[in-house]
Amino acid sequence: MAKHIDMKQPILDKNDAIASELRARFAEAGVFVLDLLASPGSGKTSTILATIDALRDEFNIAVIEGDIASSVDAEKIKAQGTAAVQINTGGACHLESAMIRRAVDVLDLDRLDLIIIENVGNLVCPTDFDLGENAKVMILSVPEGHDKPLKYPGVFQVSDAVILNKADTMPVFDFDEEEFVSSVKQLNPRVPIFKISATKGDGVDAWTAWLADRIRAAQL
Amino acid sequence: MHELGIMTGVMDSARTAAEGAGAQRLLGVTLSVGEMTEAIEDALQFAFEALCEGDPFFEGATLTVNMIAPKSRCLECGCEFAHDRFHMFCPACDSFATQLIAGRELQIDSIEVDLPDDEEQR
Ligand SMILES: Nc1nc2c(ncn2[C@@H]2O[C@H](COP(=O)(O)OP(=O)(O)OP(=O)(O)O)[C@@H](O)[C@H]2O)c(=O)[nH]1
Ligand SMILES: [Mg+2]
Ligand SMILES: [Zn+2]
Repeated sequence: MAKHIDMKQPILDKNDAIASELRARFAEAGVFVLDLLASPGSGKTSTILATIDALRDEFNIAVIEGDIASSVDAEKIKAQGTAAVQINTGGACHLESAMIRRAVDVLDLDRLDLIIIENVGNLVCPTDFDLGENAKVMILSVPEGHDKPLKYPGVFQVSDAVILNKADTMPVFDFDEEEFVSSVKQLNPRVPIFKISATKGDGVDAWTAWLADRIRAAQL
Repeated sequence: MHELGIMTGVMDSARTAAEGAGAQRLLGVTLSVGEMTEAIEDALQFAFEALCEGDPFFEGATLTVNMIAPKSRCLECGCEFAHDRFHMFCPACDSFATQLIAGRELQIDSIEVDLPDDEEQR
């Protein structure tokens, strides 16, 4: 006999439950958590290094590096004197909250003000997964092209800020900045856009000032 | 893509609910999926078929996916409007201060199961 059973159950309920638990722990400890989303090679690690440089005097920072296999990015962060935990997703295309919980368990949350998560390089899969973060920020680099908001609307829509990196390469690529800003604003009308050069330092001030305001607010 | 991972979670939940009801077999699953999420209907179907294959509990089950179109509310004028994935501003007052109220769903709505006949007689 066939029977209909109503469920009304969120598909990602396990991920969401752990994310909520993490969010409560972060709030309790006064830690601000940033989830960085971007394509491979867009400058996530470079942006993290520049951000640490700008904020390390005021805040205690740790980094969680999500990578499909290697630990080279975590080594770069550690070389700069910052705590870094490596998560290897073993082929998975995004981080999930259970992976973050394991990484957080080895960190001293009470000592920290900021945790930066470098998500797996991918503009699609990470957008649907809550990690318990305070903000998702996406990085697009100039060589990827100004049409990316039209190809990957989801990530632009869920982001609390957009970083346009490798601004120094704009003369080389025919990147239409006006077109880019207008398509981002149609997807996410209130999102701030920070144009930076992570490796040269241009524009990093405005980005880190925005971030610092939010870290201070999380400490209250 | 992460449809396989998503579908694995769906199948676990469906099996738990079906077994809890005393079912011998799953006949169907119905999902609601918002168009603003990254889950693609075809890939969900593909993952579902792959996971059902060779598992007697799931063999022959069907997947129904209800795609939910995006909808937002304007925080300035209060109007509610449907839109595509790319344009979020209010068509009534052109405000950019809008809030998404539908389109990010990822939910198991219901399942259909096959109960053994002796259950039926009770
Ligand atoms: N010209 C220029 N190059 C940059 C900039 N930021 C990063 N790069 C270069 O881009 C390359 C990739 O930078 P990463 O910071 O490793 O990028 P990522 O996103 O962390 O890369 P994966 O973790 O491998 O996905 C490196 O060669 C950087 O030196 C920038 O602002 N300008
Ligand atoms: Mg990196
Ligand atoms: Zn309006």
